[in-house]
Order: sequence, then structure tokens, then C-alpha cells
Amino acid sequence: MSQAIEREIDRSHMTVSDEVAIQISNMNKWYGEFHVLRDINLTVNRGERIVIAGPSGSGKSTMIRCINRLEEHQQGKIIVDGTELTSDLKNIDKIRSEVGMCFQHFNLFPHLTILENCTLAPMWVRKIPKREAEETAMHFLEKVKIPDQAHKYPGMLSGGQQQRVAIARSLCMKPRIMLFDEPTSALDPEMIKEVLDTMIELAEEGMTMLCVTHEMGFARQVANRVIFMDQGQIVEQNEPEEFFNNPKSERTKLFLSQILGH
Amino acid sequence: MSSQNTPLAYVRKEMLEQQPAPRGQVGVAKWMRENLFSGWFNTALTLVSIYVIYSLLKAVLPWAFGGVWTADSLQECRTILNDLHGNTHYACWAVINERWNQIVYGTFFPSSEYWRTHIAFVLLILAILPVLFDALPRKMLWITAVYPFLMVWLIWGGTIWGPVSVALGFVLAYMASQFAGRSLGSGLTGLIAVAVALIWWFFIGPSVTSGLNKVLPLLHLQEIQSRELGGFVICVIIGVSGIALSLPIGIVLALGRQSDLLIVKTICVGFIEFIRGVPLITLLFTASLLLNYFLPPGTEFDLTLRVIVMVTLFSSAYMAEVIRGGLAALPKGQYEAADALGLDYWKAQRLIIMPQALKISIPGIVNTFIGLFKDTTLVFFIGIFDMLAAAQAIRANSAWNGITWELYIFIGLIFWICCFAMSRYSQWLERKLRTDHR
Ligand SMILES: Nc1ncnc2c1ncn2[C@@H]1O[C@H](COP(=O)(O)OP(=O)(O)OP(=O)(O)O)[C@@H](O)[C@H]1O
Ligand SMILES: [Mg+2]
Repeated sequence: MSQAIEREIDRSHMTVSDEVAIQISNMNKWYGEFHVLRDINLTVNRGERIVIAGPSGSGKSTMIRCINRLEEHQQGKIIVDGTELTSDLKNIDKIRSEVGMCFQHFNLFPHLTILENCTLAPMWVRKIPKREAEETAMHFLEKVKIPDQAHKYPGMLSGGQQQRVAIARSLCMKPRIMLFDEPTSALDPEMIKEVLDTMIELAEEGMTMLCVTHEMGFARQVANRVIFMDQGQIVEQNEPEEFFNNPKSERTKLFLSQILGH
Repeated sequence: MSSQNTPLAYVRKEMLEQQPAPRGQVGVAKWMRENLFSGWFNTALTLVSIYVIYSLLKAVLPWAFGGVWTADSLQECRTILNDLHGNTHYACWAVINERWNQIVYGTFFPSSEYWRTHIAFVLLILAILPVLFDALPRKMLWITAVYPFLMVWLIWGGTIWGPVSVALGFVLAYMASQFAGRSLGSGLTGLIAVAVALIWWFFIGPSVTSGLNKVLPLLHLQEIQSRELGGFVICVIIGVSGIALSLPIGIVLALGRQSDLLIVKTICVGFIEFIRGVPLITLLFTASLLLNYFLPPGTEFDLTLRVIVMVTLFSSAYMAEVIRGGLAALPKGQYEAADALGLDYWKAQRLIIMPQALKISIPGIVNTFIGLFKDTTLVFFIGIFDMLAAAQAIRANSAWNGITWELYIFIGLIFWICCFAMSRYSQWLERKLRTDHR
């Protein structure tokens, strides 16, 4: 499962500030009668890199999708960047434009070129002029190392390239927080590394990140906190070293033994 | 590795050059063998088909190409044929030549005004082209925007003020929406814009128009009543208007049907199900006979306009369902990605969802267009003098009494050309919009 990451990580910018980026308190969510998220409490400071792990169906996706309100929570409070998520559409759009998200299946817009994928939201949400939006887009495409594909369509790119474009597309909105929902689990092993490298670079720049991932190598190297979820609850959270070497709960131990393989 | 001395080990030292395929695997011979003569059954079918096609062409081609193109009546035509071939087993295309005007413009359109339809037709082409081909300069879309008003003025005549007033309603609505949009939400802004337009069209506009008509009758053309329109002209007017209007209305209905707002959804579903459940001809009879009873007395509501409204509503219900299919085919991730980037509902629809949903629905949309265009022949039954009515009249006339094939083949050919063009265009568009190739 885990990928060896050879490169030494530059930790000079990876500082966690006291400022709170996301605060989730007593959050509950139901799908009909089914209680998916139970009493979630989570505070994320600016600059934190958090990896969320847990068995399938434990509610990891649902939780991070609540943060930009792709899913609606029914009880409790979510405060993102000082703005509380309510049904107020203005707040939702504001938070969404501050919070970038990458999906398992990339979700690039197949009818637009790579460049257009990246300039669309800045132009239409931030009202940035086309020329400027394109410059920003090219800057981020260079960062994820695919500037030469800018005029192709997503369908012509490999999975790893598509996911990197998806990251660049989010970055073009200059988000303060990035959410990743299993960004590498739809990729072939050889492409996982290129995406993880991009994510590591992002972490090195001090981006606040929440990643749902099973890449435990990534978690060890980059995360400053690992959260383990099961049955809609946060069961355990700890620093990566402690979490992997010295798991407290039985469930975590079982999960780790399965995922790390014996 | 230890496998080096086992006999299984093998390493290729040189890559092989590409070689041409064996002869008989390429070209016409291969194609014929694979597609026409593979096996005795296929060969037999091919031979029978060739014979059938041959016999058909042998009968039809001399009939069509040996026909007579100039004659003033069926009688005269037959005399000429007898002189030429000794019998009359040949076509009398002369009827198309002699009755051209009746077929194209209808029976009652004043011949001194034919030129107006010609200009309208040329402008129509110019207005449609930039919509169909985005390689053309975008400035040409101004022609498209102005065309509906120009067309009304050219065809129905009168002064320029009527169409200008209607156009002004749109401009005022746009200005109102710009003004209100600064402080209000998009829903309320839309309502205000519609209200402004309606107030202008129904209360202020008409008196201003009639005043201007008296004081300054600018560019006055001879007025032509809807009853005088006919032939190919009315078919194009109804067909093109219906096509142009049914797509946007269909989009709105499809979105309404998916809406979370219960009332909007109920109205849209009710409308679609009602319209789809009623034959078009019923709606047309309603348009021609009943609608005036429901309208406030004194309101003049032009017959052609009523027919266009009905044809549009009819196809827009089908269109809505076709587009709903396209919407359903889009993965949920597209909506989520648009949401996650902070695009609001309308922007997401306009920039992400609709372009893809419409692309998926192109075959269905064009299908609906083609159906609509052919359905314009139904106006024959409510007394509009379209091409079929013209054919009826020509056949009833003593000069051409007895002619059938030539007229209907010609009319059929006109429809076929239009529909085939639409079909080819849609195939071209689909290929052009394909972006999923590797
Ligand atoms: N729209 C929905 N309606 C009803 N139940 C849902 C819905 N979406 C998810 N669920 C259920 O909620 C639970 C949590 O789902 P979620 O997708 O958050 O899990 P996950 O931890 O992300 O799992 P995975 O690792 O498989 O992605 C699952 O049991 C799932 O079946
Ligand atoms: Mg998930």
C-alpha cells in the first residue's frame, strides 16, 4: 500500500500556527435513519496536515465533504475560516471558494481544455480577467509539472496527470485549505508517486491540508496528525509516529495490521 | 539472476521492422470480400439486392430524367411526351416549374412582395450561420439577435415601429436586470426584468407604437395578413421559430423538473406530461379556434403566432425529456466539482452541466427538431396554406387535374433536404465536440 518516498522533506515552512482554520464541534449527520457521523469534534489549525484513515464506510468522505458543504450536517457547528456553515448560500459560496477539494475520480470538466479547467472558477467566481487567470493557471500547471498539456483535453491525459491538473485547478482559486478525498486510490501504483510528490510540495509550502488516504508512507512523512475513524466516529488521533508505532485502541490496531499487511 | 542458464530465458536484441500487410488484406478487394461475398448466404443476398436495385432504377431513372420541364397544363405536357416518346410513362415536372410561386410563397401572397421573403431568407442564412459554426466572427451574432424583429417586419410589413417596440421590451428588461442585479438576488432580478418587459409590451409600447405610426410612418411596407402567408415560406417561419424557441424552453423545463422547489417541479412535470399526452393537431385546433375565447376581448393574437406558440410548446416538452436524459447521464462528480469550486447554481449549469448535457443529447435534440419541422405540414388542417395545401389546390385546378407523384415527390424532396442537412450537421457537431479521444 504505502509508497516509499525517497526525497528529504523540507520542513522549514511546515509550521502550525495558533490560528484556527476549521472548527467542528459536536457535529452529527444522518442519511435518513442512518447515523453516519456521530458527535465529531475536530479543530484544525492553520498549517496543519491531517491524514484521515479508517475502514470503508466509516464516514471519512462524508466528514470532509461536510467541510465545504457538499454534504449538509444536521447538528452541531462547523466554522471554516471564521465563517459558520449554515444554509446561507452566500456563506457557502464564500467558503467553497476558500477551500479547495480533490476527488478520487478527479472530476475534471471533460468538455474544457486543461487550461480552461483551471481558469474557469477564477474567472467566473473571483472575476479575474482572462489574461491574468491564464497566467496563474500556467504557473500552477508548471508547479504540478504539466504545462505542456495545457491545451489538451482531460480525456487525453493519464490518471496521474489528471489528478495533478485537478490539484492545480483547486490551487488556481488560491485556497487557504485543501481537502483531498482518496486522491490516489483510483491510480496505478506508478502514478501514485507523482501525485503524492505534488501533495508533499504543497505541504512544504505550509498549506492547511486534510487528506483522506490509505498512503501510510505519506501520512508518516507529511502529516502532523493522523485521525482514525470508525463507524462515524473519531476513534483515535495522534502524531504519526505514535499512531503507527503505538496505537491505543483495538480497532486502530486491527485496521493498521490489515492495511500495513503482514 | 539464476534463470540465465535455463532454456526458458530469452532476450530480444533487435526490434523488428514494421512490414506491409499481405495483399488481399487491404483495398477494395478485401472490403468486397469481407462485406459482400463472405459465405454463400451473404453472396446470394448481395446478388438479389443488386438485382432489386437495378430493376428499381431501370423503372425510375428514365421516368424522372425523361420528364418534361416546361408546359402549362397536364394536357400540354402529355402531348409533348407523346410526341417525344410515343407514350406518357414519363414525369411531368412542368407542374413544379409552372406552379413554383404557389408552392414556395403560397396561394395568396402578393407577388409584388416576393422580394421581401427573398431578403428574409438570405438574412436567415446569415443569422443561422454564426450559431452553427463558431469559427465565424462572433460579431455576426448581432445579425442573429436582430433577425427575429427584421423578419417580422419584412414578412408581415407595416412600419418598423412595431418590431422596434417589441425589441425595446427586451432591451428594457435587460437594463432593469442590470440595475436590479446590483442589489438583489438572481431570482428577484429575473422577476423584475420580466415584469418590466410585460408592462412595456402590453401597456406602454402599443400606444407609443401607434403614435409613432401616425406621426412618423418610417419604412412602411405593405401589410400582409397571416392568412396570406403560405407554401414553403410559412413552413420555414413556423419551423425555424419553433426550433429556435423550443430548445431554450426545453432546457428551462428540464431544469425545472430536476428542481428542489416543489412548486416549480410540479408545474414543469405537469406541463410536460400534459403536452406530451395530447396530439399536436389537437393543440393546433385549439390555437386556431379556441384560444381567442380565452383571451380578453379585443386582443388581436396573430394566427401564425398562435401556431408557433403551440408548435413550440409541443416540441419543448419533448425537448425537456431529451435534455433530462442528458442531465441524468452526467456523473454526479461534475456537479460536485462545480460546487466545490464555488460556482453557484446558474453558473454551474451554464458552464459545466448544460454544455455537457446538451452535447450528450444532440441526437435526441436534432431528432426533435426534425420531427418539428415535418410536423409543420399539420397546419394544413387548420387552413394555413402550406405546401401540402398548395399541392391540393394545384391538383384541384383543371389545368393540372390528375397530377400526383411529381408534386409530392418534390415536396418530399424539399423536406428531405432540410432534414438531411440537420442530420449531417448534428453528426459533424458531435464529432467536433468529441473531446474524450486519446
Ligand atoms: N448519499 C448517501 N445516502 C445514504 N447513505 C450514504 C450516502 N453516502 C454514503 N452513505 C453511507 O454512509 C457511510 C459513510 O460513507 P462514506 O462515503 O463517508 O465512507 P468512507 O469512509 O469515505 O468510505 P470509503 O473508504 O469506502 O470511501 C457508508 O456506510 C455509506 O454507505
Ligand atoms: Mg470515501
